[in-house]
Order: sequence, then structure tokens, then C-alpha cells
Amino acid sequence: MSAYDGVVQELIDELGQLPGVGPKSAQRIAFHILSADTERVHRLATALTEVKARVRFCEICGNVSEEDQCRICRDPRRDGGLLCVVEEAKDVVAIERTREFRGRYHVLGGAINPIDGVGPDDLRIRELMTRLADGEVTEVIIATDPNVEGEATATYLTRMLRPMGIVVSRLASGLPVGGDLEYADEITLGRAFEGRRSIDV
Amino acid sequence: MGVVDRGASGTHLAAREIVLCAVVGDNGRVKLYRDEAIVLRTHKLGEADRIVTLLTRNYGQVRAVAKGVRRTSSKFGARLEPFAVIDVQLYAGRSLDVITQVDTLAPHGRALGSDYSLFTTATAMAETADRLTEVPGEPATQQYLLLAGALRALADRRHPATLVLDSYLLRALAVGGWAPSFTECARCGESGPHRAFSAPVGGAVCMGCRPPGAASPAPETFALLGALLAGEWVSAEASEEKHRREASGLVAVYTQWHLERQLRSLRHVERA
Repeated sequence: MSAYDGVVQELIDELGQLPGVGPKSAQRIAFHILSADTERVHRLATALTEVKARVRFCEICGNVSEEDQCRICRDPRRDGGLLCVVEEAKDVVAIERTREFRGRYHVLGGAINPIDGVGPDDLRIRELMTRLADGEVTEVIIATDPNVEGEATATYLTRMLRPMGIVVSRLASGLPVGGDLEYADEITLGRAFEGRRSIDV
Repeated sequence: MGVVDRGASGTHLAAREIVLCAVVGDNGRVKLYRDEAIVLRTHKLGEADRIVTLLTRNYGQVRAVAKGVRRTSSKFGARLEPFAVIDVQLYAGRSLDVITQVDTLAPHGRALGSDYSLFTTATAMAETADRLTEVPGEPATQQYLLLAGALRALADRRHPATLVLDSYLLRALAVGGWAPSFTECARCGESGPHRAFSAPVGGAVCMGCRPPGAASPAPETFALLGALLAGEWVSAEASEEKHRREASGLVAVYTQWHLERQLRSLRHVERA
């Protein structure tokens, strides 16, 4: 079904492999690249090869990094007693945006999902245990996704961490800021009730 | 015909029309249908959507798109968690159906997600149900009722989790047409009890039919397996730990042999 010759079709096929890019979009992007000036295309090509050559995973937390250790693990101003456990590197960015958290992170690389064959041994749980062994970390905040898999991962981690004498906490679930209570689904609203807190004035 | 055409058998046609009448309003051509369902598993799709595999009461297995449910602002994302029993309205799309409304009937996600052994057990049951109802459009009401009952028993902690799992697996296979025999010989029908068990032959085998490599479980294990298949909980719960372990092993072998593939989640089941 190759409609174009040689390299043009190759480019369309490669672009079509990207997430969310269908055959029609791939063709559109390919022709956009063809009509763009050489300088811009070169910058795109460099960015693509550089990202693959330079970016790796932080040897401590598993976050994406250009060095052996990521920026957050190297930062001495970070609170070494607090550790936030997340599923993916994208979640680190989301939490960093809040500017609320000043500790360090640990990226698991996913959640326990037996139906897809992902068990505890497929995640970076052993690395987490090694990290906690020196006793510097006093509190672990589990920030896995608020779905069944994330919840099960949190349960599994809690069971392993409790005997080590570490404070384990879980991110709260509840109402989104700026929303209407009447539109909340009963499960989220139920969680919000469960996790309600007293107001100190 | 303006309604969605799913499942061809006459008895289910009637059921479907009743269900359809409830939702097809003034505009009779709208391809909406409504049913009770259990969420078996979910896959991420695109930016914020999910593909949800449902085991419905009347239409068998349905794979449907739930749009925008991964956003925190989603109104029904929480209701489409695995193991949830829901009342769902779907729009019959060209390849995948689209979920338009969801109501919770039993949110098992919370009870099962907060206990690791219950979670892994429930996952193995959901994967089995997924495999057993793979033919699209084939009604699987019995499988639906069986799984709904098993999930409820698990979430309420009515019986030990491993017994619920083994009982579910045996009964789900029996409904699917692979009923094991634990008293009569599975090959010649000679009345038992027998001493050997062979998954390929279909359960207990007499000394004459016994193929090489057949297991020789304890008589108590045979009794436990029979009780699990029949749902006799009093005698099943009176069993000893070592017989439960032996029974679980045999059930796992039997299930995977007849499903003709490995159940990925079975390896991760934590047996308390």
C-alpha cells in the first residue's frame, strides 16, 4: 500500500508508529517536514538522536536523567528523610509542579498488574528496599495511581515497609479543587469522607 | 432493525428486547443498550481513554471505550475499576462500543485492592472469565452470575480466598463445558473413589485407565475438590491446609490444560 516512493514512504511509516499518529496524520507531518527549511529539520533530527544517546535512568531513583544521578537526587537541599514512591517518571513531574514536596523520589516503573504479567519482582521494589536499609529515610509517601492496581501496589509496599519501622503514608483521594460536590461520583466522595480531617483554626 | 444485533439465540433475543425497550426512547434508531456487567480488565487508550473489558449479563463479553476516564475530572472513571459490578449503558459503535453512562451496583475495587492476596485472587478469576468468554457476542449469563457471586464472596471474606478461587475455577470450567470428575473414572466411568488424577483425561482415573504421569492425590484432596465443585462450603472449610495446597495445584494444572494456555495472573496469586 505504499503510495509514495522510497524515503518519503519510509518517513510516513516511521511517523505512523508514534502514539496517536494515524496514517493520515503521518502523511501530513511528513509533508510538513518536507516543506520546512533545512535548519529546522536538522534541529529536530538532532533532538531525536541526542535524547536517545544522552538520556538514561537515574541509578538511585529510576527517574529520567542525563547524568548517572538525576537532578533531584543530587540536590543537597532536598529532605533526605522523605521519600515519595511513584509509578512513572511522569508522576515525578506532576508532583514537582505542586512545589509542596521537598523530599526525594523513587520510580517503580509501573504498578502490580498480574493480568498483564507484572508482579512485584518486575518493579523496582528491591532497589527501594536497598535504599531504605541505611535508615536515613523516615517517611515513605506512596503516590501510586488511585486505581485498583495502584491501590494493590500501595498495600503490598505498606506490608513490606511497616516492619522496618518507617512511617508509611498514602496520598489522599477526594474532591478535585474547583469542582461541585454534587457532581462527584459516589466512590470518590466516599473516599473524601473517609479521609476527612479536622480543621484547626 | 435499529437495535444492536448481538447474540443470536432466541431466548436471549427476548431478554435483549426487554432491555432495549427501556432505553430506546422517541428516537428508535439510536443504538443504545443497557446491561449489568462486571469489569474484567482495563487498558489505556490514547491520551485519557480506556478500553474496558466487560462481562455483561446478557450479551457476553463486551469491549468498550470509556472516554476521558483517566482524567481526574472524570465522572465515571471510579466506577469502571476492575472487579466492579455496574449498571452500564453503551452505544454500539462500529468496532468498539462506547460507554455512555455507568452506575455502581457493587464497588468491589476498594475491598479487593486493599488486601494483596484478595487482589491477586480476584485478578486470577477475572483473567479466567476473560478467557472463557472470549467469543464476541456469545451470551454468558451463567459465567456472569458465577463471577459476580465469587467476587462478592471474596470481598465479604465469606470463605478463605484460595478456596473461593479454586471453587470458582472448577465451576467456571464446568459451565464452559470442561466439567471435571472427582469420583467416577473420567475415561471409562467406573464408579470411584479412585486414587489417580489426570488433567488431560478430565479428573479422577481408575487404575486401568490411568495414563503415565498421572498424579496420586490423597483421598481427602479428592473429597475437597468434589466439595469445591459442588459448593459444599462446610466440608470444604473443614479441610486441612496440606490438602488445600494439593487441591490448588491440581486445579491450576487442570485449568491451564483445558484453557490451552497459561493464566498469567495465577503465578502471582498469594495464598494466605
